[in-house]
Amino acid sequence: MEPILQVKDLNVSFHVRGGEVKAVRGMNFEVGKGETVAIVGESGSGKSVTAQTIMRLIPSPPSVIKKGEVIFQGQDLLKKTNKQMEAIRGKDIGMIFQDPMTSLNPTIKIGKQITEVLIKHQGMSFSEAKKHGIEMLKLVGIKNAEERFDQYPHEFSGGMRQRAMIAIALACKPTLLIADEPTTALDVTIQAQIMDVMKEMQERLGTSIILITHDLGVVAGMCDRVIVMYAGEVVETGTKWEIFKNPQHPYTKGLLRSMPRLDQKKDEPLIPIVGTPPDLIKPPVGCPFAARCDEAMRICERVDPGATEFSDTHMARCWNLHPMAKEAQSS
Amino acid sequence: MKDNHLIEVKGLKKYFNVGKGQILKAVDDLNFYIREGETLGMVGESGCGKSTAGRTILRLYEPTAGSVNFNGTDIYKLSPGKMKAMRRDMQMIFQDPYASLNPRFTVSDIIGEALDIHGLAGSRAERKKRIEELLDMVGLNSDHATRYPHEFSGGQRQRIGIARALAVNPKFIICDEPISALDVSIQAQVVNLLKDLQDRLGLTYLFIAHDLSMVKHISDRVAVMYLGKMVELADSEELYANPIHPYTKTLLSAIPIPDPEIEANKKRLTLENDMQGPISAAKGEDGTVQLDVKDSELVEVSKGHWVARAYA
Amino acid sequence: MENEQRMPHPAALNLTPEDFQKIGPDEKQSEVIQRESLSSWRDSWERLRKNKLAMTGLIIMILIVIMAIIGPMISDYDYETNDLMNTNMPPSSEHWFGTDDLGRDVFVRTWMGARISLTVGLAAAAIDLMIGVIYGGIMGYFGGRVDEFMNKFAEILYSIPYLLVTILLLVVFEPSLGTIILALTITGWINMSWIVRGEIMQLKNREYVLASRSMGAGTGRLLFRHLIPNAMGPIIVTLTLSVPSAIFAEAFLSFLGLGVQAPVASWGSMINDALSGWMYYPWRMLFPALFISLTMLAFNIFGDGLRDALDPKLKK
Repeated sequence: MEPILQVKDLNVSFHVRGGEVKAVRGMNFEVGKGETVAIVGESGSGKSVTAQTIMRLIPSPPSVIKKGEVIFQGQDLLKKTNKQMEAIRGKDIGMIFQDPMTSLNPTIKIGKQITEVLIKHQGMSFSEAKKHGIEMLKLVGIKNAEERFDQYPHEFSGGMRQRAMIAIALACKPTLLIADEPTTALDVTIQAQIMDVMKEMQERLGTSIILITHDLGVVAGMCDRVIVMYAGEVVETGTKWEIFKNPQHPYTKGLLRSMPRLDQKKDEPLIPIVGTPPDLIKPPVGCPFAARCDEAMRICERVDPGATEFSDTHMARCWNLHPMAKEAQSS
Repeated sequence: MKDNHLIEVKGLKKYFNVGKGQILKAVDDLNFYIREGETLGMVGESGCGKSTAGRTILRLYEPTAGSVNFNGTDIYKLSPGKMKAMRRDMQMIFQDPYASLNPRFTVSDIIGEALDIHGLAGSRAERKKRIEELLDMVGLNSDHATRYPHEFSGGQRQRIGIARALAVNPKFIICDEPISALDVSIQAQVVNLLKDLQDRLGLTYLFIAHDLSMVKHISDRVAVMYLGKMVELADSEELYANPIHPYTKTLLSAIPIPDPEIEANKKRLTLENDMQGPISAAKGEDGTVQLDVKDSELVEVSKGHWVARAYA
Repeated sequence: MENEQRMPHPAALNLTPEDFQKIGPDEKQSEVIQRESLSSWRDSWERLRKNKLAMTGLIIMILIVIMAIIGPMISDYDYETNDLMNTNMPPSSEHWFGTDDLGRDVFVRTWMGARISLTVGLAAAAIDLMIGVIYGGIMGYFGGRVDEFMNKFAEILYSIPYLLVTILLLVVFEPSLGTIILALTITGWINMSWIVRGEIMQLKNREYVLASRSMGAGTGRLLFRHLIPNAMGPIIVTLTLSVPSAIFAEAFLSFLGLGVQAPVASWGSMINDALSGWMYYPWRMLFPALFISLTMLAFNIFGDGLRDALDPKLKK
């Protein structure tokens, strides 16, 4: 598959009082055409920072892109000027945020917010843009789109707002859509609807999607590939089948184990991951997960592990996957 | 679990006047009991009134009508002094571990506050010892007692909130979405801690949440709330195996399962439209009524399984 | 795909089987907080300290206060003795800021004026604070009817032109320091009470306040332990910004002749006195005017810096 986005050795830090928080530490991944890639991780794992860095929306200061490349359609986005980025945002890359109330402008009618992007990026006339905008609202499942077109965001319910946000993000048929926790603020029944809309729109438009989420359930229903992040690093990547059916990293395994399943017996206790993620103001020298890991070994505290490959798509970084670990345990 | 009803809620209503002559029936005629040592789960979407119900049961809001009996005493009839004493028995754990801790207090101020209010710690040393004991009970380092809430992670903060609730040795705790703001890897820690504390201290819980899989895991019985009313109530296994109310069914089918196989084969039920919340009652955005909440009196369809009459 | 990620395990490590011995998780270690402990007050102070402009304001404020205390003492002259032999002298080594039309030392009078101005400013702000916090606290905490009634009263009071009230008061009572302070505070507290009311209304629905109520905390504890301390940021900022406006109001009243009476000096009355000859004796006006401006500027930039430091959200 031909990649449309390659992130290479991305390092992003924040300057806070008391030091530098190394939020993203050597992130590498690719997104293929028409593919949906999930980035999962807990708050502070660097998943949102990565997404905002790709869009160059990350506020600086306090953040600094220390090094790395973000190659989108052959060009490094990190070398673009703000002006050039403005032409890309909304046209080639769309973005949906967690809270549709704060990402939609409350003082501008929904219709105007859609037509604005179309007029700006596609050079449409207002009447063309309006026609196309209403069509987009219908596509994302908003009923009475003509009426809705002239309403303000506060007249929409949470789910409707997120639909409108999707319509705006996809109005110019971008190559890539970045969805940063698009359903976290919504109720489960609405979440299911929004996920369906996103899937349907992707099939129709062939957009690649980066889905940032902490919900493994959403990942299982929606994505092709999964990138598991922990403490600013990628600890495992694979297809969703590889990640859910054959997880290799203890963190991935722990995440899957700590979620209750509907078919689980009531007395069966959950197996939590103990402890708390490390503070990235002082990242651990070894594996960042070592202090919480059931399978931690001496080496884990000293050296950050490299990658072990299981297939063309499946990779995990853990010392337990090292040949010597198996030897040591069998002896 | 014992057979006696520690909590009995009868005809509980809480209406808010939202202006322009409109009345928000946040909680509308709730009837249920919780046995001593039991966990009753309460699920529903945002705006369904579950948090308001929790706060009204603790008399943080004065009810519009109805009664809440704790061990046979109607708490709404208590004088302020008696109510204050009653608060030792009933506590609450809040949803947002960021907002529920006073940012200007140290951890020991936060946990010690209840001790001070009820005069439970005689001397300074006793107070300190009790706080350390509570921190230890929830698995926190007692060296951190002088630190401020913003220095802790979400899971640690939630444990501070739990220690605060435990300080007065309560019998009944309302857990108001205690894990929904936490990371997945931390949720199980907190749930296990709550279960463990229940076993050790014989606590009774009302566990309010929107995460159905977690509610099922922790609860003995589960109540489903919809637009201020309870629409279904059953043993947790029974409710998940045999949902009757269409809303319960929709809710269950919407839970994403972390298994690509199940997700690929799942048939999802959806309600016609987003709900606008209790003000517009069960009207959808195009004005069609989807669910009937009028005939909402619960009837028992099988042993311990109650559902709104309209769907029974 | 993802070639860079395929970096194998570091090779040159000379790994031994020992390295692969299981140790399991170190839960306690992962729970240890790495960062240094900071209360939110100290955090604000750290931010304030880094704000050069605000710190300049603070230093100027301190210097003016010090001079107001010691200024009159380090000079050989006093503020009220006329010296008709030496009227309208320009600044010299004898009279650092020159003398006025009655031969009084302008340096001493300037710092005596500073005493008056600062006293008025601080006293008015302190009274605003007391009335405003109590009145606003009650409005915000109880809400409903109580709030409606008290708020209407404040609005009515606020709608009366303040200059009118002040002039009326000063005409009815003897103009004195006390009257000026009374005149300034009669409507001055309203702004503070609105700030406090808004803050308390917002804070009283916070979960930590509910938590405290669920433990049986009474009104006193809620107000004085939870609500007011958390509203302190905006209160302090409003306080800092109300000092210069009181100082200016006093100067303005004195300039109109409604303020302190001769021979007592205030910056406003000194400017008024200097008005007649300002083309010939500019120093008589320059020094009091300079210090009024400097004081107001210092309080204002300090107040702004304080606002940013206490509430980083408002920072641009």
